[in-house]
Formats: sequence, structure tokens, C-alpha cells
Amino acid sequence: MRSHTLIKESMGDRIMMAVIYTVLTVVLIAVAYPLIYIVSSSFSSSSAVMSGRVWLFPVEPTLYGYEAVFQYPQIWSGYLNSILYTGLGSVISVTLTVMMAYPISNTTFVGRRILVWALLFAMLFSGGLIPFYLVVRSLHMLDTIWAMVLPGALSVFSVIVAKTFFQTTIPGDLYEAAQLDGCSDGRFLVSVVVPLSKPVLAVLFLWSAVGQWNSYFNALIFLNGEEKYPLQLVLREILVLNSVSTASMSLSAEQLKQFEDMKNLLKYSVIVIASVPILMLYPFIQKYFVKGVMVGSIKA
Amino acid sequence: MTVRMTAYWKKYILRHWQLYLIVAVPVAFLITFNYVPLVGIQLAFKEFNPIQGIWGSPWVGGKQFAMFFESPFFWPVIKNTLLLSVYSLLVGTPAAILLALALNEVKSQRFKKVVQMFTYAPYFISTVVLVGMLNIILSPTIGIYGQLTELLGIADPMDILGDPKAFSSLYVWSAVWQETGYGAIIYLAALSGVNPELYEAAKIDGASRVQKMVHIDLPTIRPTIIILLIMSIGGLLSVGFEKVFLLQNMLNLSTSEVISTYVYKIGLVHMNYSFAVAVGLFNSIIGFILIFSANLLARRFSESSLF
Repeated sequence: MRSHTLIKESMGDRIMMAVIYTVLTVVLIAVAYPLIYIVSSSFSSSSAVMSGRVWLFPVEPTLYGYEAVFQYPQIWSGYLNSILYTGLGSVISVTLTVMMAYPISNTTFVGRRILVWALLFAMLFSGGLIPFYLVVRSLHMLDTIWAMVLPGALSVFSVIVAKTFFQTTIPGDLYEAAQLDGCSDGRFLVSVVVPLSKPVLAVLFLWSAVGQWNSYFNALIFLNGEEKYPLQLVLREILVLNSVSTASMSLSAEQLKQFEDMKNLLKYSVIVIASVPILMLYPFIQKYFVKGVMVGSIKA
Repeated sequence: MTVRMTAYWKKYILRHWQLYLIVAVPVAFLITFNYVPLVGIQLAFKEFNPIQGIWGSPWVGGKQFAMFFESPFFWPVIKNTLLLSVYSLLVGTPAAILLALALNEVKSQRFKKVVQMFTYAPYFISTVVLVGMLNIILSPTIGIYGQLTELLGIADPMDILGDPKAFSSLYVWSAVWQETGYGAIIYLAALSGVNPELYEAAKIDGASRVQKMVHIDLPTIRPTIIILLIMSIGGLLSVGFEKVFLLQNMLNLSTSEVISTYVYKIGLVHMNYSFAVAVGLFNSIIGFILIFSANLLARRFSESSLF
């Protein structure tokens, strides 16, 4: 009787497992297919893409799409701007996060409660878009690099993650011993806490860098000059507004006609090129993001 | 007592002046970019005049709010915002939980890794690129959707990107594609904390896989689910500007105009600051109330809450 029910149940379990594997395979294909399709199209010929002959692998493989990208100066200025904003922005952001998180991670710090509440309130309630814009404007940051790297530099969520990390990994005894030895607070932070916190610093840096690289909203509202546009804003013009301007390119009539043909191909290549920096970070991201998410999930 | 407290205070601050110097820098940022903007909220009750500035502009009481409530945009904008966020919540949360539960059952570590690697990747694609991909993949003329409809002999394929009825599904399901893998990570992390003895015991008691999921896995991740739900409920009215704005076009505007895009247009495009601040304030207050009520309910009916 008992063995009978066991067999029956394992039968149900086996069906369940088959269902799970099937569903996951379908999910895998559904997620991966659009990515593969874009990459394959970017390496296909313009005519193959236009006549809809690309299904999975590149058709009539060429690098014309990428040549079109190289001929398009806005993409390169956008690339350089994005690298600048991402590099500078992440360094500022991580520095500020540590400077905020370290003092409030110390439970004896007088004023800790007030600061924690001030942070939580800032996370839950904001003045909204217009007052934020007016503050940045009154600081004369409009149309400068500072509007790209300063206003969003302090993220409450990152502060909470860093604070939790400091609290759980920096032993209180270490602090007391350093104090007895006459080590100042600033020195302790720089020569003990920061070297011991490399994993969380890596997480914060990656979060900030990915956010900066992918953002376009601040650039949209704060920048006017096209020469300051980050890559995402240039991409928006090409991919969403569908406007590819050949004005700044010195092309002959024949080259211009060729370029018009490649306009659609350019879109696929530009998607790939814009995502390459993130893909290069992917191994680190995968390793550290999971850790970071887990640290962050611990109740503040 | 208070005298001793103040004395302790003074001594502590004098001894740890460096800590205060360190914290002063980020606090200055917090004040500048999070608290100074709160001063601008008064514009919601004023008629902004650029010459007189924020402080000098005349008070008009609730006029801006009355204008918003009576405007023909009021209901459509609120309705679109709520529809998009509730739809996202109802689809997005279960999708991430189901993916985590399914992955947790998989025994082949290699298959599990491959699925995770691919489902996680779209999270890092920028919103602009995602919308660009939707534009070219779903275009009826170029792209895979056009190819497919042609192959199936559909003469007049539906224009998914321009159809107001399709907008919410387009928004929600593209987010499912992009974010489910990332969302599942946190649940998977919680599931890895299950005591293996519980599974052993369940096995001996003859529990099926489904029973195991319902009685062991789900209760384990319940606190995580509740906390993430509270956070999303708080954001119910602040549907992400970025993606909606990029997906918007003249054709689907009737269902794609949400509070945040409306505020952007009224405020920054048409420079009607006071009205835009009022709409934004309305949004912030409702969001604040929602997150507090959700937290209160969670605290009352379960042991987990956000704060």
C-alpha cells in the first residue's frame, strides 16, 4: 500500500519535473532569441535585413553596419561623454556613499538616528521633478558636466547596503583597539575600513556605473548642447526618434546614398556597440550583483 | 540626566570631530538635492512668476489642484498610471517568484547556470536600447514581427507600437522579459537558506514536489515577497518615466500618458511650473500614503514589514 503511493507520487513528481524543464527551456529561448536576432542582424547585409531573410544566424555576413557606426561622429562623442560621466559619476557616488554610511554604521555615533530617518524620509518623499530641476538650475549646473554627476550621486539604497555591510563585517573590537592605539576616525576609515570593504565597494561601483551608463533622463532635462550628449541620448535619436542626421558628415553624393541604405543596419550595430561595455563587465556584475542584492535584502 | 546627556554629547562630538567632518559632505548633498527641493513645493500653492521667483510669487491657495482635478486629463492620467502599475505588479512579482521556484528544483547545475545567465542579462540593457529593440523587432515592415506576419499571410498586421489597446501589455511584458531574471535572484537567495532537513522530512512524509513548494518554499520567501510588495505599492503612482516616455507616440497617447510624463510636459516643456508642481505633489502624497498603509497592513497581518 505504502510503496504503491510512493510510486504514484514519484510519477507525479516526474511529470512536474518535466513541466519545469520544458517551461525553463521555453523561457530561455524567449529571452535569448531577441538578443541573438539583433546580433545576427547587425552582422548581416543591409538587403538581407530589409527583405526579412534573417531569422537566426547572420545572412551574407558583412561589417557594413559597423562601418556606418564608425562614420557617425555623434556616436563617438556620445561614447566619450558617457565614459566621462560614468567614470567621474561612479567615483563621486561611491565616495559619498561610504562617507555617509560609515559614521551611521557606528551604533555609538551621536546623531545616528536623525541621519537614518533623514535618509529614509528622502527615499520615501520627494519634491518632484520641477523643484528638483529648479534647484539644479539655480546652482547654475544646467548644460554642464556637474548636472550629470552630482544631483543623483547619493543613493539612499546604496547607503543602506554599505551601512549593513560595515555593521556586519567590521568587528567592533577592531575599532576599539584602533582607538586605544590613538588611531583617528578618518585614518581608521581610510586604512582599515576601506581595504576590508572591497567587495561592497565593487558592488556599489558597478551599480553606479551601470546606472550612469544606461541613464538618459538627467541628460534629457539638464543638457542642451548636443556635443555634451551621453551615448543614450544619441541612441534615443537614432533608435526611437528615428532621426539619423548626416549633416555633420562629409560625404560625397554616392556615399550619402550608401549611408541611407545602411541606416536600418546602423540601428542593429549601434545596439550591439552600446551594450558592449556592460557585457565586458558582465562576469564581475554577475558575481558581485548577486552578493549585493543579498546584502541589500537584509532588513535595514 | 539631561545635563549628563549633553555633557556626553559634547565630549563625543569633540572627540570624534573627524566623523562629523566626513558625514558633513554627503549630508550637504542630501540637503541640497533632497531637502532644498521640498522648499519648491510651495509653488503648488502659488502662481509662479519668473521675475518674482519662488518666494515672491503670489499665493493662490488650492487653485492649481482644483485645475488638475477638473482638467479633462485628470481621470485618463490617473487611470493609465494605476493600470500600468497594478498590471506590472500582478504579472511581474509572480513571474519572478515562479522562475525562482522552478530554478530551485533544477538539479543540473549547468542548466540552471545557463538559464540564469541568459535571463539575468537583459536587466543590463538600457531602457533606450530596449525600446529601440522593440521598435525594430515589432515593426510591421522590418524586423521579425513583420517577417512572421508575412509568412503567416496576414495582410494587415496590427501595429503593436501604435495601438492604444496594446500599450499596457507591451509595457508590462517587455518588463517581464527584461527584469524577471534579476527579480528571481533575491528569491533564490532566500530559498538557499531553507534547512535541508525540512525537505528530508517532507520526503519521508510523502510530500509531492508541489506540496513541498507550497508548504516549505513559499513560507520561506514570504517575508521577502512582502517587503518587495510594500516597496512596489509605494511606487504605484510613480510608474517609471523613462520607459513610458520612450514608448509613447501620438497614436498610443490616450493610454500611455501617465502622471510622470504629464508633469514633464506641463512643467518642463510648457514651463507651467506651478501646475506641474501641484500634480507632482499630489503624486508624492498618494505614494507616501500608499506605502505607509501597505506597511501597516503588513505589520498587522504578518510578522514582516519594511519599517
